[in-house]
Amino acid sequence: MSMADDTGTDSALVRFGRLLRDNPIIPLIAFLLLLIVVLEVMRPGIVMPIRAGRDGLISTFWLGNLIKFAIPLAMLAACQVLTMLTAGIDLSVGVVATVSAFVCATLSSTLGVPEAVLVSLACGLSVGLVNGFGVGIVRVHPLIMTLGTGLIATGCLQVYQRFTINSGTLIPGFLEWLGTGRTMGMPNGLYLFIPFAAFILWLMRFTGFGRLLFALGSNERAAKLSGVKSWQVLMALYALSGLIAALAGLLYLGMIRAPSLNLANPLLLPSVAAAVIGGTSIFGGRGSFAGAIVGALILRVLDTMLTLMQMPEGARTALFGLIILAVTALYVRITGTR
Amino acid sequence: MTDTPLLDATGVAKSYGAVKALTDASLTVARGEVVALMGANGAGKSTFVKILTGALKPDTGRIVIDGREARMGSPAQARRSGLVPVYQEPSLIPDLDVRDNLRLGDTPVEPFRQWVEDLGIKGIRLSDMIGDLPLATLRILDLARALAAEPDVLLLDEMTAALPTDLVERVLKVVRDRADAGMGVIYVSHRFTEISQLCDRASVLRDGRTVGDLKIEPGVEDRAVELMLGEKISLGARESAAALAARSGTPRLSVKSLAAAPKLQDVSFDLHAGEVLGVVALEGQGQDELFDVLAGFRKPTGGTIEVEGRPARFAHPSEAIAAGLTYVPGNRSEALLAQRSVRENIALPFSAHPRTWGPLKMRTERERVDYAIEKLQIDTRAQGEVQRLSGGNQQKVTIGRWLATGVETLLLFDPTRGIDVRTKRQIYPLVRELAEKGAAVLFYTSELAEVRLACDRAVVIFNGRVVDVIDAADADEPTLMRAAYGLTGREGAA
Repeated sequence: MSMADDTGTDSALVRFGRLLRDNPIIPLIAFLLLLIVVLEVMRPGIVMPIRAGRDGLISTFWLGNLIKFAIPLAMLAACQVLTMLTAGIDLSVGVVATVSAFVCATLSSTLGVPEAVLVSLACGLSVGLVNGFGVGIVRVHPLIMTLGTGLIATGCLQVYQRFTINSGTLIPGFLEWLGTGRTMGMPNGLYLFIPFAAFILWLMRFTGFGRLLFALGSNERAAKLSGVKSWQVLMALYALSGLIAALAGLLYLGMIRAPSLNLANPLLLPSVAAAVIGGTSIFGGRGSFAGAIVGALILRVLDTMLTLMQMPEGARTALFGLIILAVTALYVRITGTR
Repeated sequence: MTDTPLLDATGVAKSYGAVKALTDASLTVARGEVVALMGANGAGKSTFVKILTGALKPDTGRIVIDGREARMGSPAQARRSGLVPVYQEPSLIPDLDVRDNLRLGDTPVEPFRQWVEDLGIKGIRLSDMIGDLPLATLRILDLARALAAEPDVLLLDEMTAALPTDLVERVLKVVRDRADAGMGVIYVSHRFTEISQLCDRASVLRDGRTVGDLKIEPGVEDRAVELMLGEKISLGARESAAALAARSGTPRLSVKSLAAAPKLQDVSFDLHAGEVLGVVALEGQGQDELFDVLAGFRKPTGGTIEVEGRPARFAHPSEAIAAGLTYVPGNRSEALLAQRSVRENIALPFSAHPRTWGPLKMRTERERVDYAIEKLQIDTRAQGEVQRLSGGNQQKVTIGRWLATGVETLLLFDPTRGIDVRTKRQIYPLVRELAEKGAAVLFYTSELAEVRLACDRAVVIFNGRVVDVIDAADADEPTLMRAAYGLTGREGAA
C-alpha cells in the first residue's frame, strides 16, 4: 500500500532501482555493453579486430563464441525463471543435463541415435516429474526436493557408468553440428535456441499456464480461491523444467564432445545467477526470460574477462562465484526485489 | 473506591497512518473490581487491549498501575508493571512440556498446580507436551499460569470463547474469588450472561472513544447496546416484497446443522436465487469457518450442504466454484495478485483448469473483463499493478473476478470493510442488481447498518449457532445488535 504515495523525493538510486525493476531489459543491455567495452579496453582488438589492425568492425568469431556458450546457460536459466516464478527453484538442472548428455552419448552407439535422444529426454522428464510430485503434492520445499533428486540422479549415473564402461561413446552427428557448427559466423545452436526462446516467451506471456505461474508465485491463496489446483501446475512445471534441462544437456554434449560425470554441473549456479540478474525474483511472481538471456550473456563476458586475466583455474572459479554473488546482491539491493 | 485505582488509563490514542484506531480511550479498575470492556466490531477494542498489554505503543495517553506510571514498551514490561493478560489463543509453546513453559515465564510451580486444581482440571503432569493437550485445557493452564504470577491486574480477552459451560462456570467463580481478594480484572467479552454474572462495571468503546461507564444491574444490556451504537441516522428500509415472493421452491443453497469445530457449532439456513441473505455476528462467532467451509477451504465436521437440492461436499475451492459458489474474502490481500494487472487479476479463474492452460483466448477474455470493469466502474488508470489501486478499487477487482465468470451464488465476506463511502454506495446496488438477475448472495457484514441497505433478511450467529433470523424491515441496528449479543431468546434455525 505504501507504494501508492511514491513521490519525487526519492534518491536517484531508488529511481534507478525502480527503472531496473519495471524495465529490466534496457539497463541490463546497457550493462552488458559496458562490460564489452571494458573487455575491449583490457584486450584491444578482441571485440573490434579493426583496432588491432585486422579486418572487421566486430569480430564475428568472438560474438559467435559468446553466444554459443551462452545458449546452454540461457536454457538452464529458463528452468530457473519458470520455477522461480512460483517461488521455487530447480537445483537438479545441472545434474539432469549431465545425465541426459551421458545417457545419449553411451546409448547412441548401441540403441541408435533417435532412440538415445528419446531416452535422454525421458530421463529429464522423469526427474522433473519426481520433483513435481515432491514439490506439488508432498509439499517439500523446492530447494530441498530438487537438491535431493539431483543427488539421487548423480548416484544413479555413477552406477549406470559402471555398466556402460565398455560400450564406448558416440556423439550424434547432428548434435555436433548443432553444438559446434556455424552459419555465417553464428553458432548453429541458434537454430534450436531461437524457437526455444520464442516458445518460452510465448508460454510465459500468452498462455493460461504462464499466467498461473505468475499467480502461484504472487499469491498462492488467491490462486486457490480462483479454483487453481496448484499441484497440477507444479507437476507440469517441474516436468517441463526437467525436459528443458535434458534438452540443454544434449546441446551441451554436442558442444563439448566429451561426456563426463559432471559435464554440465558447473552451469547450475550461473543458471540461477543469470535468472536473478535478469530480473527474476526468487520469491516468486516476477520474472523475465528475456532478462535471463541477457543475464547469461553478461556472465559469459565476465567469464571471458577472468580467462584473459590468466589466473589459475581455482582462483578463476572462486572469483567467478564471488562476482556472481556480488552482482546478484547488488542487483537485488538496488531494485528492491527480493 | 476511595483509594487510588489499581489501573488508570486515560486519553489513550493510536492511529495507523490516516486511520485512527483509538482517539480517546480510558479505563479505570479499582482494587477488587471486575470491569468489562465492551465495544462493537471495529470500535477499537483490540487496539486498546494491545496497548494495555504492551504489545502496541500508544501515540498519546497515560497508563498508571498501582500509582506508578507504567511504561508499556513491551509485553514483558507490562507484566513487570503488574498486568498479566490471558488471551483466546493460549500463549504457551506447543513444542515444550508444561514445566518448560512455566520456567520460561518464571512461574512458580506449586501455586500453578494449585490453580489448575481449583479450576477443575485433573490429571495434568508437568511432563505433558503442550501440543498434545486440548485447547480448552490450554486456556485453563494459561489462566492458572497468569494467576500464579499474582498480578495486580488480570486481563482476560475473550478467553471463554468456545469453552465448555462447566469450565466457564469454574473460571468465572475463581476469577470472582480473586477479585474479592483484591485483584483487579479487565474482562473483554461479547457475552452479556457472563458479564452480568461476573462484572461490577462495564466500560464501552465506540469509534475509538470511551463513551460510557455502566454499573452492572438488571436492564444494563439495553443501555450497553445503545452506547455501542451511538446515535445513528436511520437509513430507511428497502422494500423486500419481491424477494419474499422469490423465497419458494428448491433453494440455491441449503445448509443444515453445519459445524466446523470448535467455533462453528450448528448453523442452518436456506438461500434462494434472487435473495441476499445477511449474516450478522460479532467477531469470532464462527462466521469465518462458515464461509471457509462453503468456499471449499475447510472441511466441515458435521452437517450437510445442498446446492440446488443436491448434497455437496467441497474438498477444494475449485469444487465449490464448479457448484457455482464463488467467494470474496474479507481480507483483500488474500484474493489479489498484488503485483499483477487488473486484467490478469480478474481473468485468473479463466485459466484455472488444465483444459485452459493453452493459448489465452484474448478476445473473450477482454470482453468479459471489460464488462466487469465497466459494471463496477473500476478505476484502471493504475493498470500496472493492483497494489497501486485504492482499497475500494481493489475490492471491486475481487468482486469483478466473479462477475466476469458469471455469478450464481456469491459469498461476500465483509466486502465493505475499510473502503471509502463512495465505493460502498456502489456495492449495495450492485449486490441488489445481481440478486434481481437471479444470483443468490450470502453477505456477511460487520457494519450492521448495511443489512437494511443490501439484504432481504439476516441470520444472526452467536457462539457458532443461528440465534435469530430477522427480516430487513425489522433489522434496525439495536435489534441486530441485541440479537448479535445473544440477547433475544428466539433459538432456532432459518
